[in-house]
Amino acid sequence: MDASSIVAPPPSGRNPGRSLHRFANPGRFLRLSGAVLPWLAAAGTALTAVGLVWGLFFAPADWQQGDAVRIMYIHVPAAWLASAGYLALALCSALSLVWRHPLADLAAVEIGPVGAGFTALCLLTGSIWGKPMWGAWWVWDARLTSVLILFFLYLGHIALVRAFDDPVRGYRSGAILALVGVVNLPIIKFSVDWWNTLHQPDTITLTGAPTMFVGMLWPLLFAALGYTLMFAAIVLARTRAAVMERRIRALLMARADAAAA
Amino acid sequence: MTHLPYVAAAYVLGVAIPGTFALMAFLRMRAAQRRLASIGRRRR
Repeated sequence: MDASSIVAPPPSGRNPGRSLHRFANPGRFLRLSGAVLPWLAAAGTALTAVGLVWGLFFAPADWQQGDAVRIMYIHVPAAWLASAGYLALALCSALSLVWRHPLADLAAVEIGPVGAGFTALCLLTGSIWGKPMWGAWWVWDARLTSVLILFFLYLGHIALVRAFDDPVRGYRSGAILALVGVVNLPIIKFSVDWWNTLHQPDTITLTGAPTMFVGMLWPLLFAALGYTLMFAAIVLARTRAAVMERRIRALLMARADAAAA
Repeated sequence: MTHLPYVAAAYVLGVAIPGTFALMAFLRMRAAQRRLASIGRRRR
């Protein structure tokens, strides 16, 4: 039996977010995500594997950093996803506050731990790279410190949404924290320009040509795209599970009420 | 290969952290699907 067939139909009635509700009601979400998820997971795994194997065995070593440069193929995608994940969390929070959409609430709750995991990966791999290159596991550099604050923002959001007996109050409080924390994203992005940091400036920008050897750029792009698809697949799977768990609770409550009556 | 322990540690983390998240998400999703399907069958 398809789980999506058990999920309740979308709420009817006119409101400003009606089209959003129509396209993101839980039943339709389960059907669409069920079709997309296997392809997303397979593509993410394959591209990540290609990027990491290429980066580890076939990309050239750096003339200054030696083979430690290969850590970049994990560290840079993790750093991109730490910020992009938080942006997605903030977008879901805005949707939650404006349209009170339950799917946005669930997505925000499920993005939090995954984003925190990728931020931790960014910090750990950066630290592992820093020891042989800078001679220290950690320095209180503006880029490192602002990413550490991002990690704490994720942890704060994870704790806050689970801190209330009424889940809706948790969702609202978490959404406000997520939107306030967005101010940290431009600080992370421009920290290497605003302050004299040990961390190197961006080598890939949207407006200019990359200042990186093309033999290193391609595996980095493969790894970045693969990790991004994996991130999306993990969040999608967690959100699907959360939608079904919510429906299970509702069905069990209804059954308990019927038994008591 | 220079800096081998550092590179190896980074790649282990780069596979283990996303892999653990993916596995946990998949198992949680499968458990919810089975539970929901069993409740649906009992309702009928």
